[in-house]
Amino acid sequence: MRVQLRVDGEAAVAEIDRPGESLLATLRDRLGRYGTKNACEQGECGSCTVLLDGDPVCACLVATAQCEGRDVKTVVGAVPRPVRDAFIACGAVQCGFCTPGLLVSVADLLARDDDPSDVQIREALAGNLCRCTGYEKIIDAVHAAAEAMADGTARPPQRQWITTPVVPSAAAEATEATP
Amino acid sequence: MTASTAAAVFHRPAGLDEALRLLAAHPEAVPVAGGTDLMVAVNYRHTRPAAMLDLTRLAELREWSDEGGAIRIGSGVPYARICAELATVLPGLAAASRTVGSPQIRNRGTLGGNLATASPAGDGHPPLLATGATIEIASVAGTRTVPVTAFFTGPKRSVLAPGELITAVTVPKAAGPQQFLKVGTRNAMVIAVCSLAVALDLDARRLGTGIGSAGPTPLTAPDADLIELPWRRPDLFNDALAEEFGRRVAAAARPIDDVRGTAAYRRHALAVCAARALRRVWTAAHGTESSR
Repeated sequence: MRVQLRVDGEAAVAEIDRPGESLLATLRDRLGRYGTKNACEQGECGSCTVLLDGDPVCACLVATAQCEGRDVKTVVGAVPRPVRDAFIACGAVQCGFCTPGLLVSVADLLARDDDPSDVQIREALAGNLCRCTGYEKIIDAVHAAAEAMADGTARPPQRQWITTPVVPSAAAEATEATP
Repeated sequence: MTASTAAAVFHRPAGLDEALRLLAAHPEAVPVAGGTDLMVAVNYRHTRPAAMLDLTRLAELREWSDEGGAIRIGSGVPYARICAELATVLPGLAAASRTVGSPQIRNRGTLGGNLATASPAGDGHPPLLATGATIEIASVAGTRTVPVTAFFTGPKRSVLAPGELITAVTVPKAAGPQQFLKVGTRNAMVIAVCSLAVALDLDARRLGTGIGSAGPTPLTAPDADLIELPWRRPDLFNDALAEEFGRRVAAAARPIDDVRGTAAYRRHALAVCAARALRRVWTAAHGTESSR
């Protein structure tokens, strides 16, 4: 069975041989798009998050045959440069396995809300599991990406440790000076 | 339209009538909407459908409409839209929808799919029970309407027959405050240990309750709903009343011990949740600050 869809802006054709083949399997095993990661295959972890007609979904839970004529964006096509840069700058990537899914979810969040609060970030990323970072640096990265996208300037993260009282202006200078 | 080879049969009807005809002609075809239950089973090879039938292209199922006293929600409306579009008129269902899975799951998962799976733990079910919703079921033979209280027949079993599709759920508009409480290990991606919906109807002076994940099916608590509330003197509401409601809800539950919790814990948690939910709806309705 032939399915025609768009992946990261390009037309793609997949020949599938069972009706239950997932979009995740098609992307990786038939189309060679390895950016989308396969971990739990039950929608728990979010590593396979892609945008399907603009909405973040778990590619493992979408049947490829449902995607005829649909638009799929993976980490390759969905994520603005400042989001990637912010993840690197903030140490939001350790083993990196969850990163493609997180990047897609963050790209979707920032497209809807250019200055999300911590609570909004946590809620938007609730479907993406990271076992390395403890999420704090990921949240920093989202704020950093939001700032960078707002004024077009990438900058190192400004971290407000709960235990450290920070004078706002001094903190900004200190952060600027940090390599 | 049906695309197939010897190995892959995937029906992609463009309209409801075509879908029902295809389902009648191909009873082996498994309907799929969001896939958040079915695809897990497929990925883990618990099931290997010979054919599937896509519901995501049926525009009729992906709309909701205002029917005056109620909202008719197409079975294919994803949870994300219920949260975003119906929170004011159906606060209980919207609150429950917000606890479903994660954003990715809510973008795909539908109320119709939740009902078709008929898990005792389905998050969408308790608010439907608390508000007396009705389920619309269609086949080539016609359409029938089933009260949600008569829909579930056992764990993952319902009155849905082969060849039938759930097309819509009609939920009465809220006539007072509603609550949904869910117990789990975190705020997202959790199958309920137990859950509870309460709807206070200020016009009819009636209370409605729905219990999830604490019995072979989602349950109502008729005895709890009949608790005598001080409608004429709202300030007479007190903790004893809330706790009695909690006891009656716990008594209505029929929980088992399983991997997510024990029967005893579920009963206890339901009593706490029920008392809390009743205090919250009563306070929201009457502005009286009951003692926590």
